[in-house]
This record gives sequence, structure tokens and C-alpha cells, in this order.
Amino acid sequence: MSETGKASDGEYMIDKLMMYMEYPFVRYAMIVGVMIALCSSLLGVTLVLKRYSFIGDGLSHVAFGVMSIAAVLNLTNTMIIVLPGTILAAVLLLRTGQNAKIKGDAAIAMISVGALAFGYLLMNKFSTSTNLSGDVCSTLFGSMSILTLTRREVTICAVLSVIVVIVFIYFYHKIFAVTFDETFAKSAGTRVNAYNLLIAVVIAVIIVLAMNLVGSLLISALVIFPALSSMRIFKTFKSVTVFSAILSVFCAFFGIVISMLAGTPVGSTIVAADIVAFGICSLIGRFTGTR
Amino acid sequence: MALITAKDLSVGYGGQTVAEHLNFKVNSGDYLCIVGENGSGKSTLVKTLVKLIKPVAGEVKYGDGLMPGEIGYLPQHTVVQRDFPASVKEIVLSGCQSRMGLRPFYNSEEKKLAADNMEKMGITDLSNKCYRELSGGQQQRVLLARALCATKKMLILDEPVSGLDPKVTAEMYELVAKLNKEGITIVMISHDIKSAVEYADHILHIGNTIYFGSKNEYLNSKAGKIFMMMQSKDPHVGNR
Repeated sequence: MSETGKASDGEYMIDKLMMYMEYPFVRYAMIVGVMIALCSSLLGVTLVLKRYSFIGDGLSHVAFGVMSIAAVLNLTNTMIIVLPGTILAAVLLLRTGQNAKIKGDAAIAMISVGALAFGYLLMNKFSTSTNLSGDVCSTLFGSMSILTLTRREVTICAVLSVIVVIVFIYFYHKIFAVTFDETFAKSAGTRVNAYNLLIAVVIAVIIVLAMNLVGSLLISALVIFPALSSMRIFKTFKSVTVFSAILSVFCAFFGIVISMLAGTPVGSTIVAADIVAFGICSLIGRFTGTR
Repeated sequence: MALITAKDLSVGYGGQTVAEHLNFKVNSGDYLCIVGENGSGKSTLVKTLVKLIKPVAGEVKYGDGLMPGEIGYLPQHTVVQRDFPASVKEIVLSGCQSRMGLRPFYNSEEKKLAADNMEKMGITDLSNKCYRELSGGQQQRVLLARALCATKKMLILDEPVSGLDPKVTAEMYELVAKLNKEGITIVMISHDIKSAVEYADHILHIGNTIYFGSKNEYLNSKAGKIFMMMQSKDPHVGNR
């Protein structure tokens, strides 16, 4: 009895999913979500190993601050100022990290909470929106559903994701060299500062992208969890990178599907899926004794 | 002309000088050991030689067709490397980075070079192993193979035997000596003066007294005698 109940439940789920999938905007949203997840996982390994994890976090708060400026200015296309603003912050953070009066992590903390406070202040004081707390919440934790993305946003996300993937593949060996041993790379004449800058810019782009999917507070999870999970099991840079990309795509896909079916917020559902995956990978890593 | 000529060179960080008025030459085929007390600026000096930092004063000239990017450098270990997921092969290949310029992938010639150098260092069977799971001696061989990919002429090694046990240390010295016999110029920082005078043919002593000359002259010099005596009393002097 209960088994047939379950089966019909399953059928009902699949029917519901099929119904959703018939709409083109659902398919677009799905594709964009998966592409964003792919991009955000790529540089995760580098970020974790270079001890840059918090730069991602700091930048996402900056993105929130800039986003609120865009909201106050009533811009329809927020990307126009959010992207350059975040890239600028990334470059500045990296510069301060190098010749620091205020050390790296403190600078990041300063910029990140500062941007958060100013963002909220601006939105609260000047926003013309009737649903202020709703606006703030969706900027912080992502839209309730990825389906609210406009056609234009979908296009921009898709283009930027493709660019990020191409840049990553093209500079893969350089990124490895700079991450593994900056000193040696520099001595061999590799332009380490230029590549660090490139990494920072790509991170900024990824964060602006991921903001659409999971909101600014949850971006770090999207960047770091797949890399950490993958490092539990795999031992070479290539395999870690490839697996974290696969894992991230997998989690994003399931997160989006579950959020549509269960009506949960898409960002936190994806992050929850990433956390579960991390748990499973840790267990596998422990039993196979890789760490 | 010498591969490297230092003229009245002063080195340091952020405008602060740690060693000054250094004059020395490294000729093709030499084996130069840099010795000196802790904090005397040995590491700072080699970082200046591989152009990681700018000299505070004076100059370094590169001759005999040696470009600064063509020096194989073996730096001290960093924190990042301790839990880095990378295979031996990936790391050795990264030694070819200066050859590839803006080209995105390594070509077959570079892959062969990496394979040859792994063979030379006796780590071919480790090529798919994870770097962080290797022993200290094996890790140094990997980094040495990487440095060899970057150069045909000169290796600069920053305390390559620190933290290694005596047996592995001896093997490491033999390996470097063998490379030197094959024609590669060696510049090595060492805190182990006994091995330094055993293998090297030139000594650069920096610190309170500065000395540069051939090994035999050094052993008879005042600086050499004092330093040898200090080390034989306390083998840990200069050890870090």
C-alpha cells in the first residue's frame, strides 16, 4: 500500500517536473544555474589553497553594496555597475594584500562589513520599493526562485559563464603554477602579479554571476564547498578541479529541481546540497584513507 | 665572462639592508656554497640573484648568455605546499612554464623534458603520486626536477637539505654534485659547513665577516677558521 503511494508520489513529482520543463524560461534558468555553478567551482581550489577564501566572501558583500546603489538609482540593468564595482574592489583587495599596512584579512573584513552596512543604509533610506525587506532578503539570500530572472539577465549570465570557462582553460597551467609556488613562478619569469590580477578579476565576475543564483551571503559556499569536497578524495590538481566542477554542477542541478518541486528558496537549497555532498566526500575520503 | 657578477651588491627588504658590499663571481661550471650565520642575508641574496627582489645598491650582471629567467631555483618550502593536491608530474611540468610563454598547454617537447628530468632524479615511478604524501627527500627531488626543467645552465638552491635525515641529506648532496659534474653551475645556501667545503669549489661567507674565494683559500682564511671552529663546537650554528 505504502509502496504504491510512494510510486505515485514519484510519478507526481516527475509529472510536475516535466510540466515545468515545457516552459522555455524554466529550461533557460536551469542552464544558467548549472553554468554558474560550473564557473564558481573552477577557481575554488585556487582560492582555498591561496588562503583567499575570504576574498570571495568580502567581494560578495561589496557586490551587495554596489547592487543597492543600483537599486537606489533605479537602474534596470544592475550588471552595468555591479560588475565593474566588484572587479575594482577585487583589484584593490589584492593590492592591499601585497604591500599591506592593514593586513589582508583585516582589510577584507573592513571592506566587507563596510559595504554591507552602507548597502543596507542606502536601500533603507532611498529605495522607492514598496517591499524593502523582500528586496534586501533576495539580494542577500538569492531570489526565491531562479525563474524570476529576466531574459536579458539569462543572456548576460550565459555569456559571462562561457568567458570564465574559456579563460580558465586557457590559463589553467599558469593558474596552477602561480597557486602552487608563486616564488618559483616569479623566478622563472612568469608574470605572477598579472596572473593574480587575472584570478581576482575572474573571481569578481564569478561572484556577480553567482549573486543571481544564491545571493551575496551564500556565494562563498558555492565557490568553496565543491573544491573542499573534491580535495577530500582526489590527489592531483587536474582531478580535483574536474571533480569539483562535476560535483558543483550536480548539486546545482538537484538543488534547482528540489527547490522547484518543494517550493524552497533556490540558493539555500543548492548550498544544502553542497553541504551534503561535502559530508559524503569526507566519509569516502576517510574510508579510502586518502587523508 | 662570468655567468653572474655581483658588484658592490647590497641586498635587503623594503629599504632595509641585511647584507652589503658583496663582490663575487660565478663562472660556468662552478659549485658555490653560500654560508653564514642566521639572519646574515643568505636567502635574501639568492632571492636577489633570481630577481625576486631588487638590490638595495650595487648591481648583478648576468653574462655568458644567461637570462635571469633561465636559472633553476629551488626555494624553501611554503605553507601552501603542505596540503596541495598535485601530482609529481604536474609539479615537474610546471618547471617548463618559462618556456611556454603565452601558449596555453605544454607541448610534447616539454613533456619529454619533464619525463627526462624525473628519470634523472629517480622519481619516474612516483609521477602520478600526490606531492603531499611523499617523504621530505622525495619532495626535494621533485622540486629539483622542476628546477632542472627551467634551466640548462644554473641551479640556485636555498637550503635544499633542511629537515632531511642524514642519509637522505648525503644522497641529496651526491645528486647535486653529479649535476655539477654534468656541467650545471650550482649556487647553494648551506648551513652545513662540512658538506659545503666537501663538495663546493668556491665559498661565499656573508655576515659579520665577508669572504669570497676558492674553498682552499677559505679554509686557510680567518673567517673560515673561526666559522669551522664554531660549527665543530656547536653543529647547530647557522642551522634553521
